[in-house]
Amino acid sequence: MTESVAVVDTGCANIASVVFAFERLGVHAAVTSEASQIASASRVVLPGVGSAGAGMKGIRDLNLESVIKDLKCPVLGICLGMQMMATESAESNTDCLGIFETTVEKLSNAGGTVLPHMGWNTVDVKSQSKLFGGIPDSSRFYFVHSYALPVIPDTTASCMYGSTFSVAVERENFFGVQFHPERSGSTGSKLLENFVGIQL
Amino acid sequence: MLAKRIIPCLDVREGKVVKGVKFKDHRIMGDIVPLALRYANEGADELVLYDITASIEERVVSSTWVRDVARQLDIPFSVAGGIKSVDDARHILENGADKISINTPALMNPDLINQLVDHFGSQCIVIGVDSFYDAVDGQYHVYSHTGDVTASRRASRRTLDWVTETVDRGAGEIVVNVMNNDGVRDGYDVPHLKTIRQTVSIPVIASGGAGRTDHFTEVFREADVSGALAASVFHSGEIAVHDLKSDLSREGICVRM
Repeated sequence: MTESVAVVDTGCANIASVVFAFERLGVHAAVTSEASQIASASRVVLPGVGSAGAGMKGIRDLNLESVIKDLKCPVLGICLGMQMMATESAESNTDCLGIFETTVEKLSNAGGTVLPHMGWNTVDVKSQSKLFGGIPDSSRFYFVHSYALPVIPDTTASCMYGSTFSVAVERENFFGVQFHPERSGSTGSKLLENFVGIQL
Repeated sequence: MLAKRIIPCLDVREGKVVKGVKFKDHRIMGDIVPLALRYANEGADELVLYDITASIEERVVSSTWVRDVARQLDIPFSVAGGIKSVDDARHILENGADKISINTPALMNPDLINQLVDHFGSQCIVIGVDSFYDAVDGQYHVYSHTGDVTASRRASRRTLDWVTETVDRGAGEIVVNVMNNDGVRDGYDVPHLKTIRQTVSIPVIASGGAGRTDHFTEVFREADVSGALAASVFHSGEIAVHDLKSDLSREGICVRM
């Protein structure tokens, strides 16, 4: 299988770890901000660290908003990349891509919950999802975030930390994960392998 | 439930992993990538790669080994060492590090914390704090330039004041190394770490003093820190990460197995 993945470069740092994770699977990942290259890719990953405001500004400055929304191939948003797929984010009141109809909210710090939510947490897989094939329920993934999507009809996995929120969403060809599969050991590697193998 | 993290720290000097006692007498422990992979395979939750020479010699940590580690490692790691500007930080993050940790440069220029947070977000900005208990005045003080015993000096801040300031400036995590305990293997400074944990709302990582499995149990149970960092007990093979986590799990501490 000679799959290739386009990793969208929105100007945020730390795209290398995503590229390396695909390389470890023997999958070539090309970092690009070229609309034509993204539109013609067989797989697209929208990574992201930093803030929703900076991430969306990067996407808009590069005129990639409609390019990403119009993609028909499997698309995986990771962490901020998933959050940017929502309608809007409470983080600096940012309008996002609107693929998932919900608002990204700050995690609750009620009861002295330490934020950011940082480290390895268990994931409650809600439904049969192609992404989680072969991954046991309650597997641990690595998280680093302070904002998240609430649980919505498109939620395929959730996590409880202070409150319960979405950690995986799925709608047609769009997938989002709040954790970092590229840094989640062999479990994360399996999820990326599943993404590469998705046939719509 | 969020797992408590076990974090081996690889002190790096001139491209090799080293470990000293009380910040002195550094001995070479091995090459960086093989050691990093060994810990990942043994079940380490995260690694810290700390270039202890960087602040003094005024050079940014070499990107070559950062990239080598990022390419092969599938768990998160942070890099510390001489990061003095947004551009320095970008360089490290672009080479695949998940977080950057700053210590002396933050003390020299606290506004750097705000700048880094603005550019990259709180989640990847870790503040390293070297705390020293002064028996004369009964206070914990922050030290800077701790990579070299001849350059190490007391900063003009009490530890509790400094950790509070770093959180106000947007830090995402703090690693508190208690210098009195470092390399002595007589246990973490649990009361000090507990005080810090109760003072700030961000993750606190304990450092300095791990010698036995029960030291880890104690610091998680008593101080409720998010993670525990250690170096020599892991490098020497006295404690294997996998065995440690099995023991912690048996003691009822939530860990990733």
